[in-house]
Amino acid sequence: MAIEPSSKGRPNGGAGRGLASLVRVRSLAPLVRRLWGDALTSIDEWMTASLGEEFSERLGRVPVALGQAGVDPFGLDPRWTKYALASAGILHRHYFRTEVFGAKNVPAGKVLLVGNHSGQLPIDATLLGAAMFMDVEPPRFIRAMVEKWTQTLPFVSLLFSRVGQVVGVPENALRLLEQGEALVVFPEGARGISKTFDKRYQLTDFGLGFMRLAIETGAPIVPIAIIGGEEQYISVANLDRVAKVLGMPSFPVMPQLLIPGGQLPLPTKYRIYFGEPMFFDGDPDDDDSVIEEKVWLVRATIQSMVNRGVKARQHIFW
Amino acid sequence: MTQPMPPSPVTRSSSIPPRAARTTSPETVVITGICGRLGKRLARTLHREVPVVGVDRRPFTDKPKDVEHVEIDIRRKKLKDVFRSGDIAAVVHLGVMHDPRASTADHHSWNVTGFVKLLEYVAHFQIPKLVVLSSANVYGPQPDNAQFLAEEAPLLGGQNFSEIRDLIEVDMLAQSFFWKHPETETVILRPVHILGTVRNAASNFLRLPTVPTALGFDPMVQVVHEQDVVHALHLALAPGVRGIFNLAGPEPLPLSRIIKILGRPRMPVPVTLGKLVLKRLWSLRLTNFPPPEIDHIRYVCMVDDRRARQVLGYAPRHSIEETVRAVDSEQW
Repeated sequence: MAIEPSSKGRPNGGAGRGLASLVRVRSLAPLVRRLWGDALTSIDEWMTASLGEEFSERLGRVPVALGQAGVDPFGLDPRWTKYALASAGILHRHYFRTEVFGAKNVPAGKVLLVGNHSGQLPIDATLLGAAMFMDVEPPRFIRAMVEKWTQTLPFVSLLFSRVGQVVGVPENALRLLEQGEALVVFPEGARGISKTFDKRYQLTDFGLGFMRLAIETGAPIVPIAIIGGEEQYISVANLDRVAKVLGMPSFPVMPQLLIPGGQLPLPTKYRIYFGEPMFFDGDPDDDDSVIEEKVWLVRATIQSMVNRGVKARQHIFW
Repeated sequence: MTQPMPPSPVTRSSSIPPRAARTTSPETVVITGICGRLGKRLARTLHREVPVVGVDRRPFTDKPKDVEHVEIDIRRKKLKDVFRSGDIAAVVHLGVMHDPRASTADHHSWNVTGFVKLLEYVAHFQIPKLVVLSSANVYGPQPDNAQFLAEEAPLLGGQNFSEIRDLIEVDMLAQSFFWKHPETETVILRPVHILGTVRNAASNFLRLPTVPTALGFDPMVQVVHEQDVVHALHLALAPGVRGIFNLAGPEPLPLSRIIKILGRPRMPVPVTLGKLVLKRLWSLRLTNFPPPEIDHIRYVCMVDDRRARQVLGYAPRHSIEETVRAVDSEQW
């Protein structure tokens, strides 16, 4: 299937190893291929069992701009995305038991999904991806922008590209929207995800780039509030100096990591609210102050959705 | 690195009178580097329509009878005689040397000094059209490349791969010529990896009996059939066309799929190890792939060719399978 069987037992490369090892590995190829095929079939069966028949049916209905080779111009391959979505789907349905509100608000075609970011690890993005596939009509694959340095990491860059995540440069965002994709943006960025517990559900500053993008492409902005992320990892402090030394965006202090099993995120109940789409027009190259006003509108909408969502829930875990 | 904004290409304007209407219509096309495989193919496409004069220091085997071949080095003064004979409608510059084994001095003097000479004559004799074949490699594969680079993207190819700096210089020289001499319609074509009977790095790489790939990397790759490039060169000769054009072939594919089309085995090698081995092999002269070219099998270097499709009317005529299989075809 998508991953070559040769990705299992392979020679360490290099001319020095000689041909002998190469020939030996080659003769193993049919066996490896059969085992790999069997493994994929059983994964598929297990996927259907835990996520329902509907899962594969929805997969066929996702609007993607696939070429005749079955890959989109950015390298998205539905055969890989299927497995990524299945694991996200299991978290979504069984671990975090996400409740989705206002799924009807997501328009078909190009759209910018703008939400609050929280929880130290981007589980909110994963669940949003699962929700967009399993709860929204028509089912969609979300596209997100990733850090440039991830492209230099083996396997990570490959995986990201096959499941539709692209390098974070404005040209790519423009092109994805022109292609009619659903683009996820967390304008808070790293500031948002590394919030400490005392700042939970308070939005930090928003970047302006997403608004210029929305104006330029005429794409609607769907404001999204994600509730439940702030309690999955409780961070009591952020050691900026340590982070700087280690070259990380933040260094959260999370006491739960010391408790056995606490390394997993706490199984909070997630709630995802999709707001009504917002449309903006004007000049995408306007002054920051003009753009800022529009951004402020989106930020205020998301903040009030978050506040209502937090108020409405009875309990963090159910 | 600043470079002039590529001109907004003028579409085939009707203000220029058709060449046939002029009393003494120049129509000869001069092709430098005609003895390369692309040059030969272009000569074969053109020679029935217009007189073709080829300039190349290599011999031209199986030359069509009506093609005139001037066997000189383009750095020689004698090149001027080709221009003096007059009647030249266009110069197509294909004579770029890209042999990583040649000395850098040789490389530079051939590519840059030769091209500067050529530009001098084009300006002096007011040739109405100059077509330069550059390459999408001038953008260079980078981890932070946009998936599809427009013609405006900076030319960073020499950042990690100094051997191609003179090819970037050729591209830049052509760009400045475009601005300095508006009376000449300058066209710069930047095709992606050309596949076919050509002996370039991309085709040679795919011809390897076992194709090495970078473990954990499988970038999207664009390739173009040599005949499609020839077709684009032909289109660029149309009066009124000027500017920089990226040329992409059929839809992009992951590198692994391209190798699969050829049915060759593929051997993923960890990048650090691969680099080490390649460096050693390179210094022992056992391979013709310079180590920095590994980046081409790690990162994307793809172009957006919408401008060529709209203005030149270019569209690849070969499917991805035909394009990739062309590396194995011997006949042409």
